[in-house]
Amino acid sequence: MTTLESKVGQEPRTAVWLAGTAAFLVAWGLIYAQLQPFSKWAVGLLPLESGSHAAEAIEFFVYDTPKVLMLLTLVVFGMGVLRSWFSPERTRALLAGRREGVGNVAAAGLGILTPFCSCSAVPLFIGFVSAGVPLGVTFSFLIAAPMINEVALGLLFVLLGWKVALAYLGFGLGIAIVAGWVIGRFHLEGWLQDWVRNVRSSAAEIPSSTVTLVDRLRAGIEAVVDIVGRVWIWVIAGIAVGAFIHGYVPADLLASIMGRDAWWSVPAAVLLGIPMYSNAAGIIPVVEALIGKGAALGTVLAFMISVIALSAPELIILHKVLTPRLIAVFVAVVAAGILAVGFLFNALFT
Amino acid sequence: MKDVKVLGPGCKRCVTTAEMVQGEADRLGVAVTIEKVTDYAAIAGYGIVSTPGIVIDGKVVHAGGLPKAEDIAHWLA
Repeated sequence: MTTLESKVGQEPRTAVWLAGTAAFLVAWGLIYAQLQPFSKWAVGLLPLESGSHAAEAIEFFVYDTPKVLMLLTLVVFGMGVLRSWFSPERTRALLAGRREGVGNVAAAGLGILTPFCSCSAVPLFIGFVSAGVPLGVTFSFLIAAPMINEVALGLLFVLLGWKVALAYLGFGLGIAIVAGWVIGRFHLEGWLQDWVRNVRSSAAEIPSSTVTLVDRLRAGIEAVVDIVGRVWIWVIAGIAVGAFIHGYVPADLLASIMGRDAWWSVPAAVLLGIPMYSNAAGIIPVVEALIGKGAALGTVLAFMISVIALSAPELIILHKVLTPRLIAVFVAVVAAGILAVGFLFNALFT
Repeated sequence: MKDVKVLGPGCKRCVTTAEMVQGEADRLGVAVTIEKVTDYAAIAGYGIVSTPGIVIDGKVVHAGGLPKAEDIAHWLA
């Protein structure tokens, strides 16, 4: 891209990609606009009494399935493109010199933006700690990364509005910053597995190959194939559960269990959420249906966040680098943060 | 003989990366030895944080995600 020659050589390809992306976005918009009339028409064809439990449930399912999958595709594509500007190596270099405090804030923010797959979580953790990133700052990163899930954020924005999405982002960042800071205050470096403390690492000089606009768009498509390809089944399962709740669960029953007046529902939701393992994409349709039935927002979000952020498989992976004591502290601090968020949301949103 | 190390705990991407390097080496007629490094301490020792990573003749050339075929060809040249 530095010489004029190579620029000219790339232009036609870039133009084709840009045109393709634009065409995709237009087609997306046109199809999306037709979803509601289409689902009404399709459900109308079924021999169902309108307003019945079954009709309500099926309508929810037929409309929400394509809607959520389409939104998911768009959000994941956008995030894939955005993330092509960030790499874990760069993030580590950014965080290595930071003091705690500022470092926790930066780490939580970068935790949302830095792409890494779950099999990279352990090398990432070791890489950060061995390069001199403080333990508390590393934890801010590790907590923010799964908790503020970009898929959840995007879907909340579209299904429940910008206020809810913004509140989720703000409180998620808050938990990651404060929890990381608290863990840092405890000075628990000695509670890492022994071998982790002995790892010495050099900063790798990775020759940066030029990343073109086409590469970034391609990264977006790869993210869609990878993430949507993996979670679509969870999405459909989540919508089926949501449809059942929407059609059959009586609103007053749900309000009495998950409503604002039941104070114990927040801790119960967190306890219920930790052992469950699902996916943000599968939980959001359930969240949508629950809120539609009068569940309190704080309770539902506390459940959602504890499902996403504190999953058993993740804790098992972390066991390779953290001693059980340190894992217990991690779980306790994050759970306390989620509880606080749940109560705060219930107090703020009526 | 090029000495190639593919760094990663053994997830699918790491396997695919090793296959891509072998395929590209075969295509170009470059002799390579490919070694998979799965030990976390060894991976961290190379200074990379995201896997799969590629080290050729002791030099880190790539980290994070699948490499591009044209880049592999360039590294092996």
